[in-house]
Amino acid sequence: MSKQIPIAVAVWSLLTLIPAPSQANPPNSAPDTMEARVQACTICHGDEGKGTNDVYFPRLAGKPAGYLYNQLLAFRTGRRHYPPMNYLLEFLPEPYLKAMAEYFAEQHPPLPAIAPPEVSQGVLAHGQGLVTHGDAARSIPACASCHGASLTGMEPAIPGLLGLRPAYVSAQLGAWRYGTRTAKAPDCMQVVAGHLTEDDVKAVAAWLSSLPAPANASPAPKGTYTLPFDCGSQPN
Amino acid sequence: MLKVKILVGLLALAGAVPIALVVVSKQTAAQAQEQKSVAPASTISKGEYLARAGDCIACHTAPEGKLFAGGRAMPTPFGTLYTSNITPDPETGIGRWTAEEFYGMMHTGRSRDGGLIYPAMPFASYTKVTREDSDAIYAYLKSVEPVKQLNRPHDLSFPYNNRSLILGWRTLFFSEGEYQPDPSKSAEWNRGAYLVEGLGHCGMCHTPINALGGNSQSDAFKGGLIPMQNWYAPSLTSNKEAGLGDWTIEDISDLLRTGVSKRGAVYGPMAEVTYNSLQYLSDEDTRAMAVYLKGIAQDAAPDVAQPSVPPSEGSLLMSLGKTVYDQRCDSCHGAQGEGAPPHYPPLAGNQSIQMQSAVNAIRMVLNGGYPPGTAGNPMPYGMPPFAGVLSDNEVAAVVTYIRTSWGNRGAAISASEANQLRSAQLN
Ligand code: HEC
Ligand code: HEC
Ligand code: HEC
Ligand code: HEC
Ligand code: HEC
Repeated sequence: MSKQIPIAVAVWSLLTLIPAPSQANPPNSAPDTMEARVQACTICHGDEGKGTNDVYFPRLAGKPAGYLYNQLLAFRTGRRHYPPMNYLLEFLPEPYLKAMAEYFAEQHPPLPAIAPPEVSQGVLAHGQGLVTHGDAARSIPACASCHGASLTGMEPAIPGLLGLRPAYVSAQLGAWRYGTRTAKAPDCMQVVAGHLTEDDVKAVAAWLSSLPAPANASPAPKGTYTLPFDCGSQPN
Repeated sequence: MLKVKILVGLLALAGAVPIALVVVSKQTAAQAQEQKSVAPASTISKGEYLARAGDCIACHTAPEGKLFAGGRAMPTPFGTLYTSNITPDPETGIGRWTAEEFYGMMHTGRSRDGGLIYPAMPFASYTKVTREDSDAIYAYLKSVEPVKQLNRPHDLSFPYNNRSLILGWRTLFFSEGEYQPDPSKSAEWNRGAYLVEGLGHCGMCHTPINALGGNSQSDAFKGGLIPMQNWYAPSLTSNKEAGLGDWTIEDISDLLRTGVSKRGAVYGPMAEVTYNSLQYLSDEDTRAMAVYLKGIAQDAAPDVAQPSVPPSEGSLLMSLGKTVYDQRCDSCHGAQGEGAPPHYPPLAGNQSIQMQSAVNAIRMVLNGGYPPGTAGNPMPYGMPPFAGVLSDNEVAAVVTYIRTSWGNRGAAISASEANQLRSAQLN
């Protein structure tokens, strides 16, 4: 367990005026930590949100808190659709969702080992091209222009794209194309996803998941760079 | 116009709120609409409180929709109903309604034009609401932001799209009339009864549901499976089910208002009731409800539930169940099912998992859940969903184990019962 937890817990305790956890918990009392409170999540997202073997269950650890919070709100209202999560979040108030988002944002377990890519070098090169340069002729902006040159995202609400598995990335881009995932308007990712073909999606998903963990996986501070066009969840 | 406003204001100051509103209701519709802010602030805030107690918001506000603009889908076995816009917009909402007409609808289940209203709008309970309380709710609704949004037509299959069928339902299940206090009981008991039977519309779920989707007076609060949702609302009158008879008043009111208690937590549709409605009620009112609920729980010893599997299979399930429990459940619910109340509910002696119907326990294991986050419990602890990690057989085994261990008197259940609930709608 990382050192962040007690600090994080102390912060939340102050915020919510809940007494700090004491060593002398009476027998059979639930530990007063966020870690205990999110056990209903970590069964799918892994301890500290580090991900599990299920390729569709995303890692949460270290993603920007604002991004995670936006996702929790989207699941709560059904704007983003995954029934088991829509159900769990239905009656949780906003300050609590924020506390959950902050908890997962502050966890930094190591990124998973990368699996060898299952696609050809040509496909990987196509993916790399789209991520780093885009394709102006087809109105596809470089993914890096928003997700950052090191692809670790930017505070408060642009997620990094590392440590995600190809199946998950493809499913998310597909969900935007078919409208089952939407973000706050203007939904820039919907525009981006709308220009991608099935082959593009496969290629970027494969290339992203082939990248090693960067030395510093933290998202860039807010305002480090300007987005090429507007995103409702991260006003420029 | 100004004169009328002053007159109304004075009457209200003198405490004659109902009269003031009668004055308003005698105006023509157009005039009534112009004076939407005539009710004094105290009436409006009382109305807001009562609207909370009636949980109007849960049905009349769509997810991400505007407050009280309606349009929320209510799936029923006969098709989907869409709730009405009850904001004060004159064209699409209730802006042209008078207080009289509003009370008429709450009390008789007939719309302003005399048309019959579907009982999914709980007028069978709201009929018990007093004129004074109805007027306060009306005043509050007139004070919220008007939203222009046409009602979405219901999507009901033949013959249920014919409103005259409601007449049959009414004959069987509707008896019109305000709540009549029982003079042999305390004022607190009567207040609790008024809220539970009236605005709280608890009977809408806690009563056996018949083929028409209605519920009958004689079976009031006897429990039943909620159609479409696949949750079982336990009987509130029998200790065999919710078993409130041996709870303390404090535990019952904690459960209602905060969502957790030393005896159990709320989940499923009941979590919504606490989240949208009960958490906003005063200490006195939740206590009054608890006094009434404890009072109507009959002190019959629980029956022993009938197993749905042969005894040999039952004992195999028990040994597998113990393995699953020790591995997956005891970290929260304790080796002896003692839990860590109020956050991890006890399973030993928990009447709600021992009922004949095992639906709720199976669904908890499959879907997990968080009690609602409330003022009294802002950061609830959650239970993980096990649908993805346990087989049907393991679910049946662990549910059998918790229903029959530690002195619990529930019965074994089969893997097919667990399997059927995998497809239950989640929200
Ligand atoms: C049954 C498994 C399951 C449980 C339990 C679960 N999740 Fe998820 N979660 C998922 C899946 C699958 C997705 C991806 C859904 C999709 O395809 O959009 C997801 C997505 C998310 C995301 C968005 C991640 C991103 O990068 O966009 C967040 C944040 C999240 N979950 C948080 C939580 C929290 C907090 C809890 C506990 C309250 C929780 N989850 C419980 C399976 C689960
Ligand atoms: C104009 C800015 C912008 C560009 C360009 C962009 N993205 Fe995004 N992306 C975002 C934002 C903002 C989000 C967060 C959306 C939300 O809140 O749901 C996001 C989210 C995502 C996610 C979801 C991550 C998760 O954990 O669920 C994926 C995957 C993604 N982008 C991939 C891409 C790819 C691949 C490209 C290039 C083809 C790309 N993005 C280009 C702004 C951008
Ligand atoms: C369980 C869900 C539910 C709850 C709770 C509920 N309603 Fe309704 N309401 C409905 C439905 C469904 C309709 C539409 C009925 C119809 O079309 O016959 C409706 C219709 C109405 C109408 C319009 C009737 C008409 O004639 O057009 C009003 C006014 C109304 N409700 C007020 C309220 C108030 C006030 C409360 C709270 C005290 C409330 N409702 C609580 C479901 C609900
Ligand atoms: C929308 C349907 C619905 C309505 C309305 C409703 N309930 Fe419930 N209630 C349920 C369900 C389902 C359960 C079982 C789940 C649980 O125990 O939380 C339940 C459980 C309960 C329990 C707990 C029993 C136990 O043993 O743990 C109590 C007490 C209760 N309800 C009281 C009320 C009261 C009082 C009202 C009215 C203010 C009410 N309910 C309104 C559906 C409903
Ligand atoms: C991480 C802690 C945790 C674990 C592990 C856990 N539960 Fe729970 N359980 C809870 C919480 C919290 C609730 C209250 C949930 C709610 O109200 O939505 C609960 C509620 C229940 C209920 C409903 C109790 C009632 O009052 O009606 C049952 C039944 C149950 N759990 C059974 C199990 C079983 C069986 C397992 C193992 C397969 C298990 N739980 C594992 C935390 C846990």
